[in-house]
Amino acid sequence: MHPILGQLRRLGFYVLAWIPLGAILLYLLAALGGLSWARAAVLAIPLCIVYAFICLSAWYSCRGTPLETSSFSRLALTHLSAAVVAGGIWIAVAKGLAFALSAVFPGLDQQIGKDYPLIFGSGVLLYLLAVALHYVLLSDQASHEAEKREAEARVLARDSELKALKTQVNPHFIFNCLNSISALTTSDSAKAREMCVLLADFLRKTLGLGEKALIPLGEELALIRSYLSVEQIRFGARLKLEEKVEPRVLECLVPPLLLQPLVENAVRHGISNLTEGGWIRIEIGRGSAERPSSSLSLPLSLSFKIENNFDPERPSRKGASIGLKNVRQRLDTAYGGRARFDVRTHGDRFVVSLELPAEKAAEMSAEKLA
Amino acid sequence: MSAEANTKCRAIIVDDEELARQVIREMLKAHPEVGIAGECANGFEAVRMAGELKPDLLFLDIQMPKLDGFEVLELIGSEVAIVFVTAHDEHALRAFEVHAVDYLLKPFTAERFDAALERAKERMGQRLPAPAELSAAMREPGQYAERIVVKDGTRVQIIPVAKLDYAEAQDDYVALASQGKKHLKQQTISSLEAALDPNDFVRIHRSYLVNLEQVARLEPYSKDSHVVILNDGARLPVSRAGYARLKEFLDQQG
Repeated sequence: MHPILGQLRRLGFYVLAWIPLGAILLYLLAALGGLSWARAAVLAIPLCIVYAFICLSAWYSCRGTPLETSSFSRLALTHLSAAVVAGGIWIAVAKGLAFALSAVFPGLDQQIGKDYPLIFGSGVLLYLLAVALHYVLLSDQASHEAEKREAEARVLARDSELKALKTQVNPHFIFNCLNSISALTTSDSAKAREMCVLLADFLRKTLGLGEKALIPLGEELALIRSYLSVEQIRFGARLKLEEKVEPRVLECLVPPLLLQPLVENAVRHGISNLTEGGWIRIEIGRGSAERPSSSLSLPLSLSFKIENNFDPERPSRKGASIGLKNVRQRLDTAYGGRARFDVRTHGDRFVVSLELPAEKAAEMSAEKLA
Repeated sequence: MSAEANTKCRAIIVDDEELARQVIREMLKAHPEVGIAGECANGFEAVRMAGELKPDLLFLDIQMPKLDGFEVLELIGSEVAIVFVTAHDEHALRAFEVHAVDYLLKPFTAERFDAALERAKERMGQRLPAPAELSAAMREPGQYAERIVVKDGTRVQIIPVAKLDYAEAQDDYVALASQGKKHLKQQTISSLEAALDPNDFVRIHRSYLVNLEQVARLEPYSKDSHVVILNDGARLPVSRAGYARLKEFLDQQG
C-alpha cells in the first residue's frame, strides 16, 4: 500500500505541501522565464498537479533500493536516473500544455522553449525531494510494523504466561490424597475407592480447563466443590464449609481455575494450621456495577468473597502470597484495570474479595445450568 | 550403640491428619517390638507429649498447626530419634542436616517404612548435637527466623522476632528478653545471631545481641566503653567492636 495514496489524510497534506512549491515555480517562470504572471500561472498550476502525482512514483524506486542495505553509488544512480526521467516527462507535459494553451495565449509554445532548462532543473530537484520524503515515510512504516510485531509478541507471551499460571495443581495436594487413599485401602476400602474417584474427577476437570480461556462460573464452582469433597475426606470434621451463591451468576463466564487456588489457599494456610479445624465461606453474587432494576437480568459484574479463619500467631507462609500474586497477575492480564482484587485480614479472618466484569455466553440458556 | 531387635521401643506419631497417623499405626503392627506411646495432631502437643512420655522414636509430619516439625525437633532435644513423614520433598536436605534419622515421602510402601524403622533403631540412644544449633545453621542465605520457640517446662512459648528486645548469653543458654520477661533456651548466642536478620539485630557485646528497634540511645560509660539504653529502660554494655557495629547502623538510619 502506498503510504500517501493509501491514506486520505496524508494525501491532503501532500497536496497542501505542493501549493508553496507551485508558487515558487510560478515565481521562477515569471521572474526568470520571462513570462507574464498570467501565462506563468496557467502553466505552473497544471504542471504542479501533474508532477505531484509523478513524484509519488518515487515510492517504488525507494522501496526497491532500501536505504540501509543499498550502496551509495546504487542509490545515487537509481534516484538520479529516475529524477532525470521524471524531469524529462515534465518537460514533455509542459510542451504539450503550452501547445494546447497557445490557442488562448498566442505564442506560449514558442516562449516556453527557453524555459526548458528551468523546468527540467526544478523537476529533478522536486523529484529528489520526493525521494527523501518517501524514505522518511518508509522508515515510519517499518517502525510501525516493528511495534505491531512487538505488541503481537507481547500478547503471545501473555497468553502462554496465563496458561502456565492457571494449569498448576498443587502436587502436595495429590501426594497427601494418595497417602490418605493408602491409609483407607485397608481400613475402609469403599471409602478409598470413593476418594480415588473424587480425586480423578477433580484432576480430569482441571486438565480439561487449561485449554479454555473462559468457562461458565458454574463449572468453576463444580471444580471447587470436587476439590473440597476430596479435602473433606482428608480433614474430616476439621473442614467446615459455607456457600452462598446468587442465582443467575453461574451463567457468567470467568477465567478457569481463578477461584480454585484461592479456596486451596484457604485450606492449606487456614484450616490445615488450625488444631480444631476451621471454616471456609464462599460468597458469589452481583458486583457493584448494577442497574437498580436488574434483579432478574444477567449481572453486569460479579463479586466473589472467599473467607476463612486462620492462626494469626503463625507467620505467613510464602506459598500463600505466591498463589495470591498469581491470581492478581491473571486478573490484570485478562481484565486490565476492570477487575478489583483485595486481600484483607480481620483478626483471625482472612478475606479475599474480587470483582470482575461479567461476561456472558451467548447461546447458553439459564435452564441448562439451573 | 545399636538397640537389639527385641527391645521394646516407644514411639509417638505426630500428624494432623487422622488418616496419615492410621497408615503409620498399621505399618507398626508388623513390628511388635515398637509400642505406640501416644499420638497427637499438632506441634504443641508433640512437644508436651515428648516431654512427658520420653519416647525413643518420633514420626513427625512437617506441616502442622501451631509448630512445624522442625520447631518441634528444636524443642524436644536430641535424645529422640526422628523420622520425618511428609508429602513435601523440598525439606529433605534440611531434615538430614538436623540429623533426622530418615525422611519418608507420603505415600510410602511398607518396605520403605521398615527401612526407616531399621535406621531409627540403629540410631536410638546416640547423642547428637543440640538441634537448635543445627536448625539455626541450616537456614538458607537471606532467610531469617520469623519467630523463636522456647520451652518453659512443658509449655511452649512463641516469641515473634519483632518482640525480642535483646538476648544475653548465659553459659550454654541464652536468655531471651521479650516484653519484660526472660526466657531461657539451650542455644549459643552465636547461632541465635546467625538465625536473625543482621539488619534488625546487632551483636553489641560478646554476650549481648540487641534488637535495633528497641534501642533508645547510646551513652558513653567509661573511657573505652558505652552502654545502650533500651525503650524499656534496660541498660546493656557495649564493647568496642560492638560500638563500631552499632554506630554503623545508627548512622545509616540517622
